[in-house]
Order: sequence, then C-alpha cells, then structure tokens
Amino acid sequence: MADHGPGDLRLTEVTKSFERFTAVDDISLTIPQGSFFALLGPSGCGKTTTLRMVAGLEQPTRGSIHIGDVDVTALKPYQRNVNTVFQSYALFPHLNIIDNVAFGLRQRKDADWKRKAQEALDLVELGHTARKRPPQLSGGMQQRVALARALVNRPDVLLLDEPLGALDLKLRRQMQIELKRIQSEVGLTFIHVTHDQEEAMTMADTIAVMNAGRIEQLADPTTLYEKPASTFVANFLGQSNLLPAQVAGDPTDGLATVRTQDGDDLVVAAEHLPAGIREVWVGVRPEKLRLGGDGRNQLRGVVTDASFTGVATQYLVRLPWDKEVVVVQQNDGSGKLPVGENVTVSWEAGQEFILDQRQDADAGAEIDDE
Amino acid sequence: MTWIRRHLVIVIGLLVMAYILLPNLVVLAYSFNKPNGRLNITWQQFSLDAWLHPCNSPGICTSVGLSLKIGIIASLTATVLGTLVAFALGRHRFRGRAGTNLLIFMPMATPEVVMGSSLLTLFIALGVGTGQTTILIAHIMFCLSFVVVTVKARIASLDPRLEEAAADLYANPLQAFRRVTFPLVAPGIAAGAMLAFSLSFDDYIITNFNASPSSVTFPMYIWGAAQRGVPVQVNVIGSIMFLGAVAFVAFGQVLASRRERAGTA
Repeated sequence: MADHGPGDLRLTEVTKSFERFTAVDDISLTIPQGSFFALLGPSGCGKTTTLRMVAGLEQPTRGSIHIGDVDVTALKPYQRNVNTVFQSYALFPHLNIIDNVAFGLRQRKDADWKRKAQEALDLVELGHTARKRPPQLSGGMQQRVALARALVNRPDVLLLDEPLGALDLKLRRQMQIELKRIQSEVGLTFIHVTHDQEEAMTMADTIAVMNAGRIEQLADPTTLYEKPASTFVANFLGQSNLLPAQVAGDPTDGLATVRTQDGDDLVVAAEHLPAGIREVWVGVRPEKLRLGGDGRNQLRGVVTDASFTGVATQYLVRLPWDKEVVVVQQNDGSGKLPVGENVTVSWEAGQEFILDQRQDADAGAEIDDE
Repeated sequence: MTWIRRHLVIVIGLLVMAYILLPNLVVLAYSFNKPNGRLNITWQQFSLDAWLHPCNSPGICTSVGLSLKIGIIASLTATVLGTLVAFALGRHRFRGRAGTNLLIFMPMATPEVVMGSSLLTLFIALGVGTGQTTILIAHIMFCLSFVVVTVKARIASLDPRLEEAAADLYANPLQAFRRVTFPLVAPGIAAGAMLAFSLSFDDYIITNFNASPSSVTFPMYIWGAAQRGVPVQVNVIGSIMFLGAVAFVAFGQVLASRRERAGTA
C-alpha cells in the first residue's frame, strides 16, 4: 500500500446500485493530493453519484473510499474533511454572505472564523459583499461565494459539481481561469464533475472519462485527445473521423500499412496498432487533415459542405465509398473551396489513433452539451 | 377615456378594498355610538362609554377570555403537532402516507355542521361531558389540518440541497435542523399558527355543538346577544381585534423591509 501519498483520495472497487440500475459500476482510482481532477461524461454516466459518494451524501453499495490511510467509507458527510460546491450553489438564503462562508468554521468552533471567512471572501474578490444576502448577488457571484464557503475549511478534497453549469459562456470562461488560479494558490485537491469536455480539458491535470457507470479512460487531456482508448472517448472529446480498415502485412521501420474498404493503403505508426487485432478503425482528428497537401496518406473525395466559422472552415468531404469525413482548415488565407469540388484529403503517418473495429463507431457522438 | 384606461387597475383595487374594509369601518364607527335602547343600528350620538367600559355587559369579558385561552392553547398545540406531521409527510415515505394525507385534508373538506354534530355524538357515546375540554379537542383537530397544509407547502419549497450543504459543512442532523431547516420553515410555521388562532377564535358552529352553558366563547356570546340586541361593547372588542390584526401585519412588514435594507447597506 505504498503506492499512494498521505493525502491521496482512493476509490477501491466502488459500486453504487439503486433499485433499478447501477449508477457506478466497480470504479477504482487514485487521485493524488493537490491535483485538479475532472470526472467527465454525459448526464447519467455516474459522475455525480461518484462525487456524492466521496462527499458522503451517498453510501457505496460495495467498495471503499480512503483519504490517505483513513477509511472514510462509512463516515457521515459532517464527519469528513471534504467540502462540496453544489451545482445550484445551495447558499443558505436566510444567512448573509459572511455567515454563509463562516458556516463550516463556526460548526467546527474555529475561534478565528471572522478573519478566515473574510480572507476567503477576499480571495474570490467578494469581500465587499459580506453583509449582503445570497439573493442579492448575481449567479457568478453566488458561485464564488459557494466556492469560498467550501475553500475556507481547507478540506482534504474539494468537490465541484458542475459549478459553472448555470453561468453564461463568457462568465464561465472567466470562472474557469479563476478556479484554476485559486486551486494552484491554495494547493488543495479539486475534483470537478462536468459534462463539458472543453471545461474539463482546460482545467484538469487528469481526466476520467465516464460512461454508463464505468471509467472509459483515465489520462491527461493531451493523451485523451490524441490517443483515445475507445470510440466513446474519441467522439465525446472533440470530433473524430473513424475509417474502417484492415491491417495489411507486417510493420517495417516502425510503420504499418492498413487497407481501406476501397483498397487504398494507409500508412500508420506501428506503435498505434492494438496487438492482435486486424479489423480496425483508423481515427484522424479533423484538424490533422489537409485538403490538397502532400501528406503521406491521401484519399480522394468531393466537398459536400463548407461552413466558415471565422478562425477556420469546416468541410465535409465525401469519399468514394460514401463515407463523409470532417476536415477543419485553419483560416490561413488559402481561400475557400466550393461545394462539389474534387479534392484530396491528406495527412501524415503517425497522426492517427487506432481502435478495435468491434467498437461502435457512433458511441458518444450523439451527446450534446445539454 | 385615457384617464380611466390608465388608472383602471387602481380604481378597481380601491373599490375592492372599500368592499372588504367598509364593514369593519362601520363596526368601528358604531363602537362610538350611544344607542337608544337595545339596537345599535341607527346613529344616535357620539360617546366613549363603551370604549371606557368594555366589560360593562354581562358575560362579555369572560367569553373573550375563554376564546383567547382556547385560541392560544389550540393553536399552540396544533402548531407543534402539525409541524411534526408536516415534516413526516413532506420528508419521509412510509406506509399509510397517502391515507394520512387524506385524513388531514378531511376536516377542511367536511361541512362544519357535520363535523360538529359527529363530534358531539362521539363525546356523548363516550360519556364525556361537553365544556372547555371538548371545545379544545375539536379546535385542535381542525386547526391541525390548516397548520399541516401551510407548513408542508413551505417544506416542499425548500431546496433539499440546503440540508446536504449543511451536512457537508460539518453540521450533524440536529444542528442542520436548528441552523438551516428550522429558520427557513419558521415563516410557514408562524403563518400556520396565526391561521389556527384566527380559525379557533371565530369558530361558532363546531364550538356550539361541543360547548356547555358554562363555556361560552366570544362568537357564541355575540350570537346569543344578537337575539336581544348586540351591545356596543361587541363593536369595541371587534374593533380592537381588527386594529390589532392590522397593527400586527404592519409591524411584520416594517420589520421585513428594515431587514431588507440592512442587507443592502
């Protein structure tokens, strides 16, 4: 048991079953002390239930939860040094802001509660609102009060349950930066639950992508994006073009060849090939593809749609075997191609990821940001 | 025309206010009357007699005292019991919950005559003599329903996450109740208690069935007096009740707005 630090949060084979379904299915993970960790997934994937079990608001059906060496599985929420920023903030409407922030300190009989609460409010830049009541503050301000109310107790783990969900886009971006600044300032372990992949990518050091009560992949944002371990992760985080192909021949010089349905040979990095699998999906992100260009892999197609978004243009290109691929071309001044144009789509070997073809190509693709 | 269109809401509002308040004002005005004989229905001359001697009519102050006593005991008991019932119904799922809900609703739906007479039948069958105790039992019963309904509505509007937040911030269930749940439900409890008191204070029908000649409440006294001509003192006590209620509400408003302003400052 030496593989964890003194303040790490460990979930061991945690399962939570409700009457009719299993919300969390045998999850094990270790979250190092001081890290910014995100649980990412569509609604109903079990991420909030996982969070609530860490907070003590739900009891796991099986498994155990440790903070450092202390088993907290059976502890009540008020016995755990864990605090939550709730999705709806859950500020106490009958108390003013400073009393809201000081609630936990006074509950623990901290004699210095006044100064600490004021400091926490100052940290979120709301020191001047101490005497106001929650309904008098805007959503963004209430969110920061909720954060201060949790932070001020210096918990071992701070839980954030979609805390930015109710804010508009601009405020959300601002709060993302703010949260990250505060987290690095205070050095607490943050666990952030979200369904917004961009939010998770910008903020977290490590992300666990959850689907149907299980962890699909646990990795840093770059790995998740560049080397998704399943079609669900490939589709849920950004867009992916998945081309069915068959491994052809043995790899040489670190490169392998796969053959598409149409008989086109594609060159891929041999290390990307999953062992022992011949039927594969070759995945390429839209921005790795070039129209025209002299990449090693080339496929012919026809432009069927072009939409200009300012920084880039997104093209749909239909391949001869009726498969449409998405190509995102940076607005680098090269001009826009018309619909109906014959084009070559190209990319360099090694920019792909490869998955087992037995996985559903559409998994995770239909899920929107609510 | 445009003037009417612009001020229509205010005009109608004032008319409705007049419609509601006029009877009270008539009662107030006639409390200063000095009637010629028994009937206090035509204006004779201004007098402070009744205001200076409000008890100067046989039995009137005893009946007011009894009504106050019954009102306070019944509303307090019903508030305590009703709040407990409301929490049980609002927060817990248990066998017989639907039945309890129905039972609580029954006294509000049943005509008072039916309830009063069946209670009397019950007391006679049990061999219990009617009087203050039976009046109290009857009042607590119907007040309970109103308290439960009022408090339950308040509990239902409470965000359950607030209690989770309290628990998350180290409050055990008892502390969470004292510091979060109770203060937030308190306005509902107060409203229920006031409703219960006023219902108890002016109930006539149920009370009349379950009273004895020695337990005459204020509404019963007025009814009895009305046969012979209502004494001016009834107007005085009615006016005091009315003004007291207005003052109570006004005080509450002032308190609330001052609190609001303290929050903004």
